[in-house]
Amino acid sequence: MPRISSPAELEDIRRDVLSKRKLSKTCLTLCSGTACHATGSDRVAAAIEVELEKQGFKGEVYFRRTGCHGFCEKGPIVLVDPEEICYLQVTPEDVPEIVSQTIKEKKVIDRLLYTDPNTGERAARESDIPFYKNQERIVFGANRRIDPKSIEDYLAIGGYQALVKALFEITPEQVLEEVKEANLRGRGGGGFPAGEKWEVARNAPGEPKYVVVNCDEGDPGAYMDRSLMEGNPYGVLEGLMLGAYAIGAHEGYVYVRQEYPLALQNLGTAIKQAQEHGLLGRDILGSGFNFNVKVHRGAGAFVCGEETALLKSLEGEAGEPRPRPPYPAVKGLWGKPTCINNVETWANVPLIIHRGAQAFTSIGTEGSKGTKIFSLVGKINNTGLVEVPMGITIKDIIYKIGGGIPGGKKFKAVQTGGPSGGCIPAELLDLRVGFDELTKAGSMMGSGGMIVMDEDTCMVDVARYFINFLTDESCGKCLPCREGLRQMHKILTNITEGKGEEGDIELLEELSETAVEASLCALGKTAPNPFRSTVRYFRDEYEAHIKEKRCPALYCKELISYYIDPEKCQACGSCLRECPAEAIDGGKKMIHIVDQEKCTKCGTCFEVCPSRYSAVKKTSGEPVPPPIPEEERMIVKKSKEE
Amino acid sequence: MDTGKTDQIIDKHEGQASSLIQILLEIQSEYHWLPKEALERVSEKLHVPFSRVRHIATFYKAFSLVPKGRHEIHICMGTACHVRGATRILDKVQDLTGIQPGETDLDFKFSLETVNCLGCCAMGPVLEIDGQTHGKLSPAKTADVLKSFE
Repeated sequence: MPRISSPAELEDIRRDVLSKRKLSKTCLTLCSGTACHATGSDRVAAAIEVELEKQGFKGEVYFRRTGCHGFCEKGPIVLVDPEEICYLQVTPEDVPEIVSQTIKEKKVIDRLLYTDPNTGERAARESDIPFYKNQERIVFGANRRIDPKSIEDYLAIGGYQALVKALFEITPEQVLEEVKEANLRGRGGGGFPAGEKWEVARNAPGEPKYVVVNCDEGDPGAYMDRSLMEGNPYGVLEGLMLGAYAIGAHEGYVYVRQEYPLALQNLGTAIKQAQEHGLLGRDILGSGFNFNVKVHRGAGAFVCGEETALLKSLEGEAGEPRPRPPYPAVKGLWGKPTCINNVETWANVPLIIHRGAQAFTSIGTEGSKGTKIFSLVGKINNTGLVEVPMGITIKDIIYKIGGGIPGGKKFKAVQTGGPSGGCIPAELLDLRVGFDELTKAGSMMGSGGMIVMDEDTCMVDVARYFINFLTDESCGKCLPCREGLRQMHKILTNITEGKGEEGDIELLEELSETAVEASLCALGKTAPNPFRSTVRYFRDEYEAHIKEKRCPALYCKELISYYIDPEKCQACGSCLRECPAEAIDGGKKMIHIVDQEKCTKCGTCFEVCPSRYSAVKKTSGEPVPPPIPEEERMIVKKSKEE
Repeated sequence: MDTGKTDQIIDKHEGQASSLIQILLEIQSEYHWLPKEALERVSEKLHVPFSRVRHIATFYKAFSLVPKGRHEIHICMGTACHVRGATRILDKVQDLTGIQPGETDLDFKFSLETVNCLGCCAMGPVLEIDGQTHGKLSPAKTADVLKSFE
């Protein structure tokens, strides 16, 4: 494809791409995001190549490898279009059949379809699967239609229409107005209105101005930004260009987390292709607008997700935050006005410009417009990335889309907002998702991690986990965060180990208050949130740990014991064989006993005990029943006796 | 140590001090650690004080100031893996290898690190060895995975 020098040429090429697409009627799409990659999509891809060739469909069937489709639980995913048939958990061995049956004979292979675990009903089309059906995938939906290495695919779905509209039909001021009217709020954590930020940057004195994509997605359990960057880097870049046009910047940076090699690779390819086609660089599409973008790899520091720390890191220094104001929009990179937004925020911009602010604001609640991508993970049946309209209830996300909790367990809480967020308990399941709604409930939107916890999750341990994470990631610049979190972690660890004392909760509350009031940046200011929200909703669990030395969730190692119920043990020997500590005493037809002295509480016996016996028990806060006397240990089957 | 490679990397970034992190990342991926000689070379060529190079090298987690083992184990301690029992996987790996996170064993066979999210939450708990992801782990399965490495 040659360099494109006008909107008319772009449309010609788009038409050309689309007409070529019609020839190859069937399209085979394989999800190759990081999760599917880990479950073997490479081998499936190789099998597809071989099989298409072998069965004579090479060239006739369009085969495409895309970024993440979101349904990571069931990967690798293969889609057959135009019929929209969706095959899940595909192995290389399934591929010959897919080609011979579905492509050749147009027959659906039942066993590869989604089966509802409750009703047993199968769903052939992607849009019939409850996981997808209840979503609104206006941003993330493009992933499944784009090979991230092909700018043609992006053109085929209408890419760069927003850019053309901005450069040739409306002024920078109008782009800014549109984004303001859409009330697009930052998807990275704070929820600050993007339009306002842009306006400040536009009006701030100083040249040159910069635009930055924050792809330093550090929240554990959140990977939507990575998937957008991996799957559709063109969309993010188009958004960035629109932002640059609106504020008058000609240079942009993309800061990518070091742990995301595939995102880096796909972004690099996209930039190269866009440059070759004149969609980046000098005089874009003949409009006179110049824009260049550079990629910066992060080096593994959570705090760099904070905007002032990120800018320091871009300048080649240690990523330590600085006090705001001045905000980066006024004094940012190299002291110049800089507009930073996260990946998902930028990815929304082309939609707003192309379809107009009104279409965007028709979705959502009063204060939160559009959609939000969440990563739904933890104790949930359908793990994956989901894009939902703002205002949907948490219950709908967990049960309608997520398919509920595995193993018939009871839902306890959902943790949102990353390490600085909070836990939302079962009684707030009807809460509507939105920036202000979540904050009111003591949590926050954050970047969109949604970690589901069931009755086996200990909330004190969850608080300890997050405080530990943040202690580790604190840059150490200011005291309340550096030392306060360390002390909080110490106290929380004591509590989970049964060394908690009266007054610990009050002490934790005091330390929290100091960190919130006196820390320099958002990391420290929000760091006590995991403790605050868990103590708010689950104070009884804290008290049980401290007063009764009991872990109600039977999770905290130091507070639990394993024992074998003599009534249930059938002396099958599973635990005896598997116990790594040799702490189990038993033999043929002899009821097994856990030696409490030797037991390391690894839980292996609990796991390997066959569910039909369920003889291994966990207990906390009460003495372990004494082992049964030697003479009663023989299992005598009554039927044989008679 | 061959300073040629280090020089090449520095030259690629036109010797700009603002590229310090990018240069160190490339040196790290070349040698799997940051040898002192390489850091001195960087300091000298970029006209950046050695103390600042050290500051960067110790601030960011991607950098290692000690050599790594043949196989790098990354155990995901992200929230999703945590609630699915990542601690027990870590315990098992520590038990089998005899090393703590951040350490390398005496035979240079394994290096152990914990990471905060590998983004394959559907497969949690997960660990990654030499870039290959192993998911849905139990302590017993973890032992099997480690056994296959020499």
